[in-house]
Amino acid sequence: MSAEPAPEVRARRSSAVHDLRTVAGRALRAIPREPEFVVPALVVPVFFFVVNIGALEPIAEQGLVTDFKAFQLPVAIVFAVTGISRASALVTDIQGGYFDRLLLTPVRRVALLFGLMVADFVLVLSLAIPVVGLGFALGVRFETGFLGVVVFLLLSAGWGLAFTGFPYAIALKTGNPGAVNSSFILFFPFAFLTTTFLPQEALTGWLATVADYNPVTYLLSGLRALVLDGWEWGELLGAVVAVLGVAAVSFTLALLALRGRVSRS
Amino acid sequence: MAGSAIVAEGLQRSFAGALAVAGVDLDVAEGEIYGFLGPNGAGKSTTVRMLCTLLAPTSGRALVAGHDVQHEADAVRLRIGVALQDAALDDQQTGRELLVLQARLFGLTRHDTERRLRELTELIDIGDALDQRVKTYSGGMKRRLDLAAALVHNPDVLFLDEPTTGLDPVSRARVWEEVERLNRDLGMTIFLTTQYLEEADALAGRIAIIDRGTIVAEGTPNDLKRSIGSDVIIARFEGDASTAQSSVLDVAGVEHVSVHGDELTIRVSDGDAAIGPVAVALHGCGVPVRALTLRTPTLDDVFLELTGGHLHATDEERAE
Repeated sequence: MSAEPAPEVRARRSSAVHDLRTVAGRALRAIPREPEFVVPALVVPVFFFVVNIGALEPIAEQGLVTDFKAFQLPVAIVFAVTGISRASALVTDIQGGYFDRLLLTPVRRVALLFGLMVADFVLVLSLAIPVVGLGFALGVRFETGFLGVVVFLLLSAGWGLAFTGFPYAIALKTGNPGAVNSSFILFFPFAFLTTTFLPQEALTGWLATVADYNPVTYLLSGLRALVLDGWEWGELLGAVVAVLGVAAVSFTLALLALRGRVSRS
Repeated sequence: MAGSAIVAEGLQRSFAGALAVAGVDLDVAEGEIYGFLGPNGAGKSTTVRMLCTLLAPTSGRALVAGHDVQHEADAVRLRIGVALQDAALDDQQTGRELLVLQARLFGLTRHDTERRLRELTELIDIGDALDQRVKTYSGGMKRRLDLAAALVHNPDVLFLDEPTTGLDPVSRARVWEEVERLNRDLGMTIFLTTQYLEEADALAGRIAIIDRGTIVAEGTPNDLKRSIGSDVIIARFEGDASTAQSSVLDVAGVEHVSVHGDELTIRVSDGDAAIGPVAVALHGCGVPVRALTLRTPTLDDVFLELTGGHLHATDEERAE
C-alpha cells in the first residue's frame, strides 16, 4: 500500500470530441459483453423477414407487389434497428451510482448522452449489415448498386439513432428499468401502422390515414426505392426528412431529460 | 500557515420543504483530516454531495479548493476526489478499464494515465483481478477500486463518505492506513464522514458532530471528550433511572448527571475517587442497579450529552 502519486499529474478539462470518444468507447466495449441484448435484436427481424415472406409472398405478388422479398427487406431492417439503445445500461449507471461518479468528473454532460448514441449508431449499423446479407442470400438485388446499399444502411442506422432519443428520455427522466423496458411499446405503432405488409396505395380506411402521418411510411418508401426503383430523389428526401423530424423530437426530449437529471437542484 | 481547503457558510439544503442540512458552517484547513460524525440521516451525505458539486445548496455558499461549488463547479471537480457511500462502479468494466476511463475523463495524458495506474495498482492490491470485470470483485476490492478511482487524477481534496461502512475489520484497517498515508505523505486534505466513533477518533484531527442537519459540536477528539468531564460513570438500572438521579447529585466530585432511559451518565472529575461514594449513594436509592461502569469519556458520550441519544440509536429511541 504505497502508491506515490506524481505531483505533476494534474486534471484538466478535455475537448468535446475527447469526451465523446471516451464515453462512446466505454459503451462500445460493453456491447459484446452483453449478448443477451444483441442476440434478440438480430433474431426478431430475421424471424419476421422469413415468416412474412413465407406467409404473404404468394398473396402479395398477385398484383400488389412485384418482388415481395425486396419489399420486406426494409421492414426487416426497421425491425432490427428500432428501439436499440444503451438506455437500460444508462439506468443501471443511474441506479448503481456510477452516473454520479461520471458527473463528478469535468466531462461535458451532453457527451454522457451523445457518447452512448455514437455506440448505438455503430451497433444498429452492425445489426443492419447481416439482415441485408440475408436479403442478398434470398435473392434481393439493389437497383442502385453498391452505393445504394451503403445509403440504405446509413439511412436505416440514422433511423435507429433517431429513435434512441425516446428510451434515453425515459431512462434519464425516470431512472427506472421498468419504464425503459416499456418504451418498447413505442415500436409497435411506428412499425405496424404503416406499409409493413402492403404498399401505401393498398391501405384503406383509418390505417391509410395513420400511415400518412407515420414517418416510418416515408422511411420505408425511401428504402424500398433504393432496392426496387433506383435513385428516386423525392422518395429519398422524404425518408431523410422523416428521420430528421423524429430525431428532432426525440433528441429534444432526451436533452431536456438530461438537463433535469444533471441539474443538481 | 495553511489556507482553507473547504469553507462553508450557512450551507442549507431542503428536499420538498424538509430541511436536510440546516445551516452548516465549516472551515477545513489544507492538509487536515476532518471527520464529519453523525448517525444515519443526520445530513452527512447531503453535505458532502453539496461540497462535491452533485447537489446545489438551497442557500449559503461553499468554497472547495478555492472555488465556489455552485458557480465554478468544473474547477472544483478538477481538484477533488470523491468516494461516495456505496462504491460507484461499473460491473461490466475491468478494474483497469474503469481507472483508465476515469483518467481520460479527467484529461490525463496517456503517459500520466499509465503512470498513475502503476502507482495505484499497489493501493488496489488486487493482483491479476485488475484485468477482470468488477462484477467478480468482493466488497473490499470494490471499495479499494472506488478509492483508486477517486485518486486517479491526484486531487488536492479527498471526500470519503462513510468509506468503511460494511467492510470487514481487515479491510477497514487497510482503508484507515491508506487515509493516514495520503494525508501524511501527500498532505492531502481529507473530509471523512462516518458513523463510527472509533474511526473519527483514530483518523480525524478535528471532528464536527452533526445531528438533524446541524453541527452541534466541533473540535479535536480530545477537546470534545474533555468538554464533558474527566471521567464518566455509567449506571444501568432495572427500571427508570430518573428516580436515582437526585441520590448522586450531592456526592463529592460529581459534576453533572443526566438520565437516558434506564441509564444514568454521571460526569466526575476523578473517577477512581468518586466510584465508591457513587456506588454507595446508588445502593440506597431504591432502584436496583444492574451495572456500574467507570471509563474515560468517548465521542458517544459527547454525542449523548449534546443530542440526548446514542450515535447508533434510531430516531424513535432518541425521541423517547
